[in-house]
Amino acid sequence: MGFLGSLNQERIVFAIAVAIFVVAALTLPGFFTADNLVAIVRSVSVLGILALGMAIIVIGRGIDLSMVAVMAMSVAWYLQMLGNGMSDGAALGLALAGVVAIGFANGFLVAYAEVPAIFVTLASASFVYGLVRSQLIGSDAVPVPPGHWVAELGALRLADVPVEVFVFAGLALAAFVFLRFTKWGRYVYYAGDNPAAARNVGMPVRPMLVLRYVLSSLVAFAAGILTAGSLQSMNTRVVNSPQLYDIVLVTVIGGIGLAGGKGGVRNVLIGAALIGIMLNAMTILDIPLLYQNLIKSAILLAAIIFDGVLNPRDEQTAQQGDI
Amino acid sequence: MPSRERLQALRYNLIPDHLIGEILTKRWTDNAIPFLVLVAVIALFGTAIPGFFNPFSLQESTRQLGEFAIVVIGLTVVMLGGGIDLSVGSIFALATFASVGSFFILGLPVWAAFLAALATGALFGAINGYLVGFLRLRAFLTTLVTFIIGRAVFDILVVQFGAAIQMSFASSDAWDFIGDGTFAGLSVPVIAAGLLALVTHVTLTRARIGWHILAVGGSRRSAHNAGIKVRRTVFLTYVFSGLCSGAAGFLIACRLSGAGPGTGAGLEILALTAAVVGGNALGGGRGSVVKGLMGAVIVLVMTNGLIRLGYGTGTNQMVLGIMLAVAVTIDIRWLKNRHKVLNEVYVAPVYLKMGEPQSAEPHSGTPYALNNRLAAAEHIGLGELEGPEDVILDADDHLYCGTRHGEIVRYFAPDYTRSEVFAHVGGFPLGLAFDRDGNLISCVGAMGLYKIAPDRTVTRLSAETRRSLTSVQDDARLRDPNDLDIAPDGRIYFTDSTKRYDAHDWTLDSIENRGTGRLLVYDPRDGSTKTLLDGYRYTNGVCMAHDGKSLYFAESWACRIHRYWLEGPKAGTAECVIKDMPGYTDNINRASDGTYWMAWLGMRTPSFDLSLRHPAMRKRMTRRLPQDDWLFPNINTGGIVKFDDSGRILQTFGDLTGENHPMVTSMREHKGELFIGGILNNRIGRYRIEGADPEWTGMRAYWGTRA
Repeated sequence: MGFLGSLNQERIVFAIAVAIFVVAALTLPGFFTADNLVAIVRSVSVLGILALGMAIIVIGRGIDLSMVAVMAMSVAWYLQMLGNGMSDGAALGLALAGVVAIGFANGFLVAYAEVPAIFVTLASASFVYGLVRSQLIGSDAVPVPPGHWVAELGALRLADVPVEVFVFAGLALAAFVFLRFTKWGRYVYYAGDNPAAARNVGMPVRPMLVLRYVLSSLVAFAAGILTAGSLQSMNTRVVNSPQLYDIVLVTVIGGIGLAGGKGGVRNVLIGAALIGIMLNAMTILDIPLLYQNLIKSAILLAAIIFDGVLNPRDEQTAQQGDI
Repeated sequence: MPSRERLQALRYNLIPDHLIGEILTKRWTDNAIPFLVLVAVIALFGTAIPGFFNPFSLQESTRQLGEFAIVVIGLTVVMLGGGIDLSVGSIFALATFASVGSFFILGLPVWAAFLAALATGALFGAINGYLVGFLRLRAFLTTLVTFIIGRAVFDILVVQFGAAIQMSFASSDAWDFIGDGTFAGLSVPVIAAGLLALVTHVTLTRARIGWHILAVGGSRRSAHNAGIKVRRTVFLTYVFSGLCSGAAGFLIACRLSGAGPGTGAGLEILALTAAVVGGNALGGGRGSVVKGLMGAVIVLVMTNGLIRLGYGTGTNQMVLGIMLAVAVTIDIRWLKNRHKVLNEVYVAPVYLKMGEPQSAEPHSGTPYALNNRLAAAEHIGLGELEGPEDVILDADDHLYCGTRHGEIVRYFAPDYTRSEVFAHVGGFPLGLAFDRDGNLISCVGAMGLYKIAPDRTVTRLSAETRRSLTSVQDDARLRDPNDLDIAPDGRIYFTDSTKRYDAHDWTLDSIENRGTGRLLVYDPRDGSTKTLLDGYRYTNGVCMAHDGKSLYFAESWACRIHRYWLEGPKAGTAECVIKDMPGYTDNINRASDGTYWMAWLGMRTPSFDLSLRHPAMRKRMTRRLPQDDWLFPNINTGGIVKFDDSGRILQTFGDLTGENHPMVTSMREHKGELFIGGILNNRIGRYRIEGADPEWTGMRAYWGTRA
């Protein structure tokens, strides 16, 4: 074993992140400055928050492709209701109820109808986008009403650090405590590793599944509020952008296996660090956005291939139809 | 008969409930729901949109449909192989760019642009196929990522070369014809899609590679174990899908003469929805090109219809999302519960009032009165044998029987303690008979009629007969060949007990009690198999009369024996010789004194006879109770009966202790002894018959001294 044996995806990615960081710090002007470092962390905060929600789902052997749609459309609807003059409490209550309903519907179809998570969430993403866009909001982008708390939140700085960094840190800590120290957090690993066995020993596998999808929807809503705060509006076109794949990228690249039962918050942080450093370096290098997309997706493909080679699918226990 | 009973008889014997189960076993029933949706969608939008059906409007919408259908066919094939391809939209866009670029920028001819599109599709498909097939990555995520990569590449290309394409003046009649022209009223994409659908359908249903794809999708592990190159097959499905998307990309390139940022956007979810809504199973193995086409029409009519009816941005996505979720959920639930539904509705009992039997109680004074004579039988192969349904002896006195394991076992004369596996046939060998040349002929349950030559080579004689015109289920196949006998001219008469159940489910047939048993004849001169009689309740034993001019056969669930005439004035007709026996009739064989032995596999009980007059009760029983609690015919007591050509009962033999031979399915007389088999017994019985001819053998009785 020795050195090669101790190599796993997490360590390799961490080493690459450090290497890029060092090279960029030495060669790129303006990279290794306090402002830029804050910018790096800020740029991945929202992504990181979304990835935390995704991580909890993936560890439990699932995937949530509706996160971006829920994020954008719930907040856009919320802002639209505010813009229409509804009271803040009622609007927030309605938006949260909608978010919980979508999470619940996702979880219910996955847990009780046993439809593959990928299809459920792909369909619900399309449905959420279509429903909100066609029925509930008037245009692609919905502005934040001036002086509203969401706008103030976006402008909030603590010691020159934007508030979403603290939210990310706080949620990361919460997710860590949940996964590591609470009973239901540990259950997520068991259910992800072997759902049938987890069910046989008496864990409430199905209700837990529903809970996880509700959680990830709520996380998406929180990330949406932060996005709206920093941009002062919510542009629903983000649903058609590759942001969803960035979330999967951050989640998977740090070493959380898609087969479930593996990884934790640390892996998300490492993944977020790599992507943040890389995006920042590419932006300083002035690589166009189109090429950045290409590079990111190529890295994601490499990560998936790597994941596939490190954790090959077991043909004997893989279920038929598990695609 | 009380009127309630008369009503039940009419209700259960005239209404063909069993057809529901038989129709549900058909794969095409999966198409029923998508087809109804298709009709509903077309009717709905056809009436809501003015001019929907006018020819020009149809021509334009079908042009788009052709392109879309080609993509869906490719995706369908991938899904049949157990995968999924989300990158179709990217492949489509890149192929469009490849043909547009070749034609407008490089100035290549149309065929080169077509080849460029195909090559792009094949290359992209090969990458997907390599990743998913050979590296065994998860199809959904992998093709999702290659989809993004393809999209990124396409966006870059469009930005770089978009202007150059618009500036070009290249034109060609062929290009315009493919884009705008029609041939006999049909546009090129429609013709292309039709041809592709036909070729793909034939390949999937008739060609080796198509079967391999379905096998891999149906069960990857089994396909691998059967020697199919699973990884290569999966690889090829993605290449095919790439080629399809490439061809579709070329067609749209001709139609629009350009490629923009919107080309192929959202195509993946459209195509996926189409394939799933059409009824193709996620995870593979179940589906067809037709399903894909139906899904394509449904989705396209729906989305285009919503746009033409003026619904705003997002409505399409909403409807697609709902359709996808509903279709996938229905598919998963149906797949999971289909066999349960089938189990519930398949058994469709009928009404029968059995005649009052004469008692078989010991000392009842009737000819059927059972005794305890078989308790004295010695046993052969005790504990070694499982399921010797029939037994037979050859000219050298060796004893043969079939077993549950698909073997024919031979016990050596004279003491029958040593044995060997004479031949392995498979299935469950039931009835046995020797022909004139010493070949052993066997009715093999679940397989057909087989011949085992003295040198042990196994030959299949017959596995099917002519299909009847009104059958829903394929009744050409022999499901439960049971017993046979051979006429002096060499023709083999045999029974196939039921068309509704496989051999091991014969107890279900007894509960249903529907008359689907047949008498058939196999002619060795031309190898043909003909159905002689049909509609008996479980035809069973067959025996040639001593004069060879007629044969006897048993109808088990009706407890009757019939005589079928081979020659004479009644040739080709059957008449009932013994009816309302107290036991369920099984094999019949010749006795040395010119009479016949017949086995009872079990005895009638008043409770089961009563239940036959209550089909509704039996139906409820099969639906609501676990099988262990069902009321079955009693097979814990059987016996042997001797009758003569006039149908008179001469003797009975039973085992009242139930220890040696509780059930008897066969018996053979040989040199003054009776050898007794039973399908659920673990032994062969050997019983010395008082006063029997000690020299008589079956071989000589059938084939004379020569044998």
